[in-house]
This record gives sequence, C-alpha cells and structure tokens, in this order.
Amino acid sequence: MSDRIEFRFSGSGGQGLILAGIILADAAAIYENKNAVQTQSYGPEARGGSSKSEVIISNDPIEYPKATKVNYMVSLTQEAFNKYINDVKDDGIVIVDKELVTDFSKAKGKLYVLDMVKSAREELGKLLGLNIISLGVLVEISGIVSHDSIEKALMKRVPKGFEDYNKKALEIGFRLAKEVKKG
Amino acid sequence: MIKTKFNYDYYLRKNTLPHIWCPGCGDGIILKALLRAIHKCGYSKDEVVITSGIGCASRLPGYVDFNTIHTTHGRALTFAIGMKMYKPKLKVITISGDGDALAIGGNHFIHAARRNIDMTLIVFNNYTYGMTGGQYSPTQPLDSFATTTPFGSIEPPFDVCNLAQAAGATWVGRSTSYHAVQLEKFMVDALNHTGFSVLDVITNCHISYGRRNKMKSPVEMIKYQKEKAVPARSAENMSPEELAGRFKTGILFEAKDRPEFCGEYHKKLELLKTK
Amino acid sequence: MSKNIKLMQGNEAVAEGAVIAGCDFFAGYPITPSSEVAEILSSKLPKIGKVFLQMEDEIAAMGAILGAALGGAKTITATSGPGMSLKQENIGYASMCEIPCVIVNVMRGGPSTGLPTLPAQGDVMQAKWGTHGDHAVIAITPSSVNESLYETIRAFNLAIKYRTPVVILTDEIIGHMREKVVIPDKSEVEVIDVKLPDVPPEKYNPYNYTSGKVTPLAPMGEGYRYHVTGLIHGETGFPSQKTDIIQNAQNWLIDKIYKNIKDIEKFEEFQTDDADILIVAYGSTSRSARQAISMARAAGIKVGMFRPITIWPFPDEQISNLSKKIKKILVVEMNMGQVILEVQRTACGSKVYGLHIVNGEPITPDNILAKIKEVSEN
Repeated sequence: MSDRIEFRFSGSGGQGLILAGIILADAAAIYENKNAVQTQSYGPEARGGSSKSEVIISNDPIEYPKATKVNYMVSLTQEAFNKYINDVKDDGIVIVDKELVTDFSKAKGKLYVLDMVKSAREELGKLLGLNIISLGVLVEISGIVSHDSIEKALMKRVPKGFEDYNKKALEIGFRLAKEVKKG
Repeated sequence: MIKTKFNYDYYLRKNTLPHIWCPGCGDGIILKALLRAIHKCGYSKDEVVITSGIGCASRLPGYVDFNTIHTTHGRALTFAIGMKMYKPKLKVITISGDGDALAIGGNHFIHAARRNIDMTLIVFNNYTYGMTGGQYSPTQPLDSFATTTPFGSIEPPFDVCNLAQAAGATWVGRSTSYHAVQLEKFMVDALNHTGFSVLDVITNCHISYGRRNKMKSPVEMIKYQKEKAVPARSAENMSPEELAGRFKTGILFEAKDRPEFCGEYHKKLELLKTK
Repeated sequence: MSKNIKLMQGNEAVAEGAVIAGCDFFAGYPITPSSEVAEILSSKLPKIGKVFLQMEDEIAAMGAILGAALGGAKTITATSGPGMSLKQENIGYASMCEIPCVIVNVMRGGPSTGLPTLPAQGDVMQAKWGTHGDHAVIAITPSSVNESLYETIRAFNLAIKYRTPVVILTDEIIGHMREKVVIPDKSEVEVIDVKLPDVPPEKYNPYNYTSGKVTPLAPMGEGYRYHVTGLIHGETGFPSQKTDIIQNAQNWLIDKIYKNIKDIEKFEEFQTDDADILIVAYGSTSRSARQAISMARAAGIKVGMFRPITIWPFPDEQISNLSKKIKKILVVEMNMGQVILEVQRTACGSKVYGLHIVNGEPITPDNILAKIKEVSEN
C-alpha cells in the first residue's frame, strides 16, 4: 500500500472533471502499465452540484477504489474545495484556480493557486478545456505519468477536430505548473 | 405456402381438449375463425407464433398446434415483440382479453401500436374479467354491472379501435363472434397487413357479464352483438344519439405508407453492415 | 496474440462480456446506475447484426428478452433496484418455463427510489426470493471490472446450460469504476451455444423432470412446436394439476440447480489457512475487506476471507467447512444483514459477527479494521 497515490478532481457537474480523471487513469494504466482505478460520485442530477472524480494509482493491486487519504486534489469551485478538502493528507497538495477559489479558511496541505481560468480565457478564448489545463497542472506537479503518456491518453478521448485545442490546454497546464513550482 | 383442404383437426392439439371455456362462450367461434384465416393465409404451423396473456381468451394458444406462449398477465405483446425482432420471418399473433390488453397491458398496447411492428393483436373483448369471476374491465359499458360495480359502472370505457389508431396502429378493425364469416375475413386482412394490426372482437361472456346485465343466455348476448353492431359505412349517416350504446364494425382504419418497426430495424442493420 | 488491454467501466465490461458470450438480444429501460450497459450495447449490438431494444418499461424489457430467448436468442437485460422489482413476475416466468436469460442488477441504495447514484448491496435476498413461489436461481457477484467481463460470459453459459435466469449483482461502485481489463479473444473463453435438441420434433418434450439432465430448449420456429405456459406444466409443456406432476416440477426447479452446485459454485479463499477470524464479503465490499486484512495482519491479527463469486446457490459447504476451523466469522456487507443470515445458518460452531453499513458510502478498510479489532478482542 505504500506506493498508493490518491488523486481527486473536484468541482461542479459539467466541468469535465470525470473525463480528466479517466484520462489520468488511462495514462497510468495503459501507457505506463501501472494499476489505476477511477471512480466518481455525484448527486442524482447529471449536471450541476458538487462532483468529484478520483484516481488511485499504484504498482500494487488496488483494493479499496475510493480516495480516503488524498495526495493531490484539484478544486474548481469554492463549494467543492470546502466539501472535499478534509480528506487531503497533511502533506498533500491542493491545486485551485485563483478566480474560482478565494476563501482558504479551510485550507489543508500545500496550496497551489494558479491562473487557470485567466489563461484559458486569454489563450484558448473560452473556458472549455479548463479541466484539461488542470490535468496538465496536476501531471506536471505530481510527475505521476510522463507528458507523453498523458498526451496519448488525452488524444484517445478527444473528439475529432479538437486535438490541437486540447493539446494546447494541456501545455498551458504544464507551463502554469512549472511557473508556480519555480515560485 | 401450403395448399391443402382445410381441416380443423390438423390445427388443433386434440389431446389438450376439451377446452376450459363455458358452454356457449364466444371464444371458440373466434378460435375457429382464426384457424381458417391462418389456413387461408397459407402459413405453415412452424412459422406461426401465438402469444397470449392471462385470462379465458389467453388459454387459446394451448389448444392450437403452433409455437405457442401463454405468458404473464398483460405482457403477451412484449414477448411477441422479442420473438418478432429476433426472428422477423415468423408470423407473430397475440391473443389477449380486454383486461389483459387494455388494463394491465395497456402500456404495451399503445407502444406496440406506436412502433407499428408487424404483428397482429386480436382482442377478445367481452367487457369483463371472466376467469376471475366477472369484475369490471376497461371496456365495460357505463352503468353496467359487474361483481366490482354492484351499483353500476361510472368509468367510461376504452374504445379499443380508437385507442389503437390514435397510438399508431396501421390496421384497425372490429367484428364480433356473431359475425363469424366477416370475422374470418378481417383476420385474413389483418394477418396480411404489414404493420401493427389490431382486431377488436366483441364476444360474449354470458356467465360473468350477461347474467348481471339482463342477458342471461348466450343467445341473448349473440343477439346483442347482432343488433348493436353498426357497419362503419352505415354509421357515417347516423347521429350520435342513434349510435349510443352501439359499436362500429368493419375495417375502421388502414395505412400502408407508415414505416414498419421490425423492417426498419433490420434495414438499419444492413446499412451498418455496408459501412 | 497481442493483449487487448483497456481501461473501462464495470458496466462497459458487462456489455463487452455479453458480446463475447454471443449475446443476440438486449432489451432494457433506462435506470441509474445501469444505463451505460444499455447505451454501450445500443451501439455494439446493431453493428454485429444483433438486436437492441429500449422498451416502454422494465416489465416489457423482461418480456421481450424472454420472447427472444424462446426464439433461441442469447439475451440480457440490465437494471437497478426499482427496475429489478418490476421485472420480478417475468423473472418467475423464466424460472417456471426454464427460459435462459441474464439479468444485470447494478445495485443502488433502496428501498424504493432510494439512492440512485450511490451503492448498496441490499438486493441479495431479492435476487433469490424476489419472485413468488419456490424456485432456484443463480446469482453472481463480481468484485472488479475485469471479473464483471468474465462473469458475464459465465452467466450466459450457465443460463443456457441450466435453462434458468442468471442474475449478475454488481453495484454502483463496480458498475461505474474504471479499471484495467484484459479483453479475451472469443477463442480464449468457453462459450456455450444454443443448440437444437438431439431428438426429432415428434419425440421432443420441452421439459424433463426425472432424468436429471436438462433438456435443451428448442428455438421456436425451427420445427419443434411446443407450448410454453407459466402454469405448472408436465414434461410436454401443457398445464397440469396432477399432484405427482406438480411435485416433480417443483423438485426439478430446485434440483437442477442444487444437484449441480459443484459446477455452478465459484468462490475465492484468501489467507484462510492460519486465520483466527474469517471475513465473508462479496462484490465491491470484498475489496475493502482485502485491504483491511493486510492492515490487520500488519497489526498482528490473523484474518482471512471467503468471497463467494456465485452467491446463489449459497456456498453452504465451504462456509460450513471453514467454520469448523475458524471460530469467528465476520460478515461485511452494504445492507442491514442479508448474507449474514445464510452464514449463521451454515456456520455451525462459529460465532458470527456482522458489519452492516448502509450510508451511501462504500464500507472502508478502516471501518472493517475497527470491527476486526473489536471481534478479535471479544
């Protein structure tokens, strides 16, 4: 169990966080031959409300499939941040957007506040792809899978004609993470 | 296609007779008309599937030598759809009582009609739940009596044909167990139609319905069928008052231009194959 | 052969397994958390010339698969709690008329509408006793996505072989989680096909209550004309009220399953050899149990697990044997106490404890570890 790493994407339904989790799990399981389990939870409604998508990655078989001691959490709404922060480990890492999460009174672990929304707006022209930016950030900060693996997994699940758009979003994520890591 | 001389014995499972129907019941007349109609259409016994639900009428499949399925109450059409979709070449017929087809099975009735799937539904419409002792059914006339409407029914009845047509059936007709020759003719027509065909057959349950509604004997009930039946053509010139308490007979609706579900599905499969 | 490995959902694995098993026909009705099975098969089946139908309700879906099965189709439907309740009468019909079919119940919290998006294991008894009257069923509880695929293939085989409904009981966790699956080639798995009877039509009886062998169900429309009825029937298929026929028919419905239990049973024993405490867990809960066992062993408590994969018929013999050497049994399940009743019935001489948490969350390894410690000190 020692190498079990738990990831959690959280936000509101419709932000594409479940897809972000699937891509991460796919990259680890298929392209890096690790064990990976992805789960999700949401309310009775398919859109809106708080939702989370979790990925467990390990070299050993993964038994319990949900995250309980979160190593990395991404939050794209204040509500999700407040709701799901409790399970983050004391030395865990929390990645949030500067505009979407502003109240850090419940903060836990090491916090990274990034300009994901702003970059999406300026460089992609719209917010579609925010999930992929956050995925890029998470991969860069955690180093859990290579850039190459995550890109392959992403391309497999992107609709035709949106490959470049998504690749760009992923790279924005890598860059933002590098910047914030440098301090 | 088989072209032999018609013989009831060829189609009956004689070891399952005598049937359970009461003496004088109209169901036997409908059974015989159905066998003659199937013979006229020339289907082999192996290609005919008959499904039924629960009730007196639904016992029919047991007596006839085809592929027969006596299903659960109200669900005969659902089994029929499964069979037809998997084996489109088979001729699928459903036998159902008024309670079976329109109360417990009402949802399947309208959806089979909506899909316009190539099957024939024959409703044995005797206004009552005969097998369970004469409770009121969804086709029982207003103000009539049943073991569960001891003070007269206050529920308006369904018109099987109007309902079938409104829901999308592409062949709709009505006859009675009195009009045995017409009944056979309509059955042939319904069976030959491509699409969902619904034949409403007014039949008599003098035991459970007639006795409580001043028609104690089969003769009185047969007379009722004869007198209350109005050919659709004649009905056109009659006022609502004149039509009160009577029912239209004839081929009441037919549409040949609407897509048939089973064929459409298999067309789609062919398209996918070529892709 | 290069291995075909994919990350997929439990519901997708069921659909994939169905296709490998040669499924000809799906009919269903949308319901969370099982709808993905329908969605995926609505695309897969037509592409290989098979039938997908979305019916007007759950009852119709069940009727449609039985109608198709009588035509010789390999059939499956998928649903969850409320839908499973609606299907019960026609499931009984399948038992009574011995019509093969596979029914997937992706369990969610109940009763009634309950918790549409959250897991539970509250339908285990329903799988066995949901429809009225005496009958036996086969039910299977996969605990991973990979197992969902392989157990679906096995479910089809058992359905055809024993002419019976087979229920696959997964739950919201297994159904929705994504995991690595090794997709086998058709040539790598055993698939039992629908066959014509080996006797000519004039000698064919659709049922046989006394030879001990299951008569193959002749596909309708192939020259074997017979009658099917939900009334108690004799071997010819026609209704009967003769006392000996009734008793033979009833015996047969139970015997054909229980006398073949060795062929139907499937289970896993995990670290039971030196165990002082035996956990009995199935489906997603067994995953938490396995993790809790490692944690307990690290803390010096010897715990093992018995995991039924075929949950019905219940593995009486295995539980009974294990209870002779392990004196404390802990049943862990996401319901208020269902399989524990079977364990109490079969485990003579052991003390049986239960951990029943039904709060919409899966039971965690920590929950189980705490209970193990309590049982250990008892």
